[in-house]
Amino acid sequence: MSDTSNLAAPVKLSDAAIRRRMLAEFWFYFSQNRGAVIGLAVFICLVLTAVFAAALAPHDPTTQYREALLVPPVWAEGGSTQFLLGSDAVGRDMLSRLIFGAQYSLFIGIVVVSIALFGGVIIGLLAGFFGGWIDSVIMRMMDVILAFPSLLLALVLVAVLGPGLTNAMIAIAIVYQPHFARLTRAAVMSEMKREYVSAARVAGAGNLRLMFKTILPNCLGPLIVQATLSFSSAVLDSAALGFLGMGAQPPSPEWGTMLAEAREFILRAWWVVTFPGLAILISVLAINLMGDGLRDALDPKLKRS
Amino acid sequence: MIRFILSKLLYLIPTFLGITIIAFSFVRILPGDPVLLMAGERGVTPERHAELSAQLGYDQPIVMQYFEFLGRLLQGDMGNSLVTKKPVLEEFLTLFPATVELGLCAILIATVIGVTVGVLAAIRRGSWFDQISMTLALVGFSMPIFWWGLLLIIFFSGILGWTPVSGRISLLYYFPDATGFMLIDSLLSGQKGAFTSALSHLILPSLVLATIPLAVIARQTRSAMLEVMGEDYVRTARAKGMPQYRVIGIHALRNAMVPVVTTIGLQIGVLMAGAILTETIFSWPGIGKWMIDSISRRDYPVVQSGLLLIAALVMIVNLLVDLTYGLINPRIRVK
Repeated sequence: MSDTSNLAAPVKLSDAAIRRRMLAEFWFYFSQNRGAVIGLAVFICLVLTAVFAAALAPHDPTTQYREALLVPPVWAEGGSTQFLLGSDAVGRDMLSRLIFGAQYSLFIGIVVVSIALFGGVIIGLLAGFFGGWIDSVIMRMMDVILAFPSLLLALVLVAVLGPGLTNAMIAIAIVYQPHFARLTRAAVMSEMKREYVSAARVAGAGNLRLMFKTILPNCLGPLIVQATLSFSSAVLDSAALGFLGMGAQPPSPEWGTMLAEAREFILRAWWVVTFPGLAILISVLAINLMGDGLRDALDPKLKRS
Repeated sequence: MIRFILSKLLYLIPTFLGITIIAFSFVRILPGDPVLLMAGERGVTPERHAELSAQLGYDQPIVMQYFEFLGRLLQGDMGNSLVTKKPVLEEFLTLFPATVELGLCAILIATVIGVTVGVLAAIRRGSWFDQISMTLALVGFSMPIFWWGLLLIIFFSGILGWTPVSGRISLLYYFPDATGFMLIDSLLSGQKGAFTSALSHLILPSLVLATIPLAVIARQTRSAMLEVMGEDYVRTARAKGMPQYRVIGIHALRNAMVPVVTTIGLQIGVLMAGAILTETIFSWPGIGKWMIDSISRRDYPVVQSGLLLIAALVMIVNLLVDLTYGLINPRIRVK
């Protein structure tokens, strides 16, 4: 017994060392891309804002200050220090609503990507691993979903399921999932030809073990990149659904929903329109920048554009 | 080439059937009684409910309903709108030119500017022009276009007062529909100022709709150009003393365009999704606004058929792109 533990100890150490080295290598390539580092920094700020929203926000996001309707931002004429970024049409503090809005966007991104990733990976694994008619049927189904413009399909799905944040997230996840399925399938099919898979099979590994323990970990690179890109699209599409009245419902401080409420004031109060959109743009841009860096670091085969 | 086209067409049949199944099942298989859904919050009496069910064919088994739906579809019958009572196909065809006009204008802007910027950025790789244009392209790619549209309205319509806020043409002008394209119709009508009015209504929406495709096309053109310019034949062309504009314009650009054409084609789906948002912001009377209005009015026959028509359209455009691709790149055909 003591022999085995003696043998196991150095192996464990070098495992950690390998992991450290891989991480260092990853960071080396990632940090080559200046935009990606900026994106990461902004994204971390976004996460911190969302986590500490309650502490950071000067007001409650839904409290209406009836005596302060459409107050301009502090630097504009008529602005007040009570509302740094101004107030909206029913007297809610814009800054606080934007801060709490970060929670919505991150939550939506995480939920959508998790559902789409989970579903897509399982479907793609099945298609790629078993091939034949299973593959044909699954891939035709994915083609059908991809034939619809994604926002339109999500919109109609939400219309049938009923407007609301949960249904919007489900709809967007369903629409995104074929991308993950296709990517997983392609990666699985190319890994299946490798010798280590045959070796594992000869050693007696069952289908489940082959699929999830042997093959899947080697397909993660492109999936992570796709997950990042889908995260930013999810933020964008859920904001669009919110804007069209099909996503999060008022009075929740979701950025797209805030824009929808602000639409009638565009020519009177520029700040109620400008800031929520700017928040969406900055978040999406940061995540896309990060995605570019991840692609360079994880998937050197993909072209740098 | 004919075999290539036929095999592509054959491949579309299962996808098309799948699209009809999805469009069909949205209204009838998902939870909820379609008649109650259509009635909305008012509700219906049980007698009226039975009458409506029979009238719309909902009292039959679901598979029968589907085949009936498919049969009518093949005859061009897509049912009537619950709100206007007009045939859905007729409504679609009336509104379709408005979306096509907007979409064509947008894709034209996106292609012309996108390819130019992409080529220039590739030629001057690493220059300030390259860096600024590619940063802007990434911003454009990340843009929530519904917000971008509102900003442009604030600036150009609100502050400068240059462009109108909504619609296709000023109410001062009236002329019959000849082609459905406002720019052409206004020219044909011969009325003074009509064309300018139509153009000023079109410019902002098409700029908004062009934003994302423009960014994608510029990025794609740049990377395709960079790849091609490293090829041997470009070096050969340079080595034999060919002027720069011929090397870029004839040798490099033509080959770089192969993936770019595909990218442009793939933007059609993006454009359709963008049209929904753009038409809503600018009250542009096209397919996108029609879909949104029908969804909020619970006009299910319109939603169902509209979804089907748009998906079929995207599918056909993608087929055309595939065929163009085969035409400009013979290697694809052989495979």
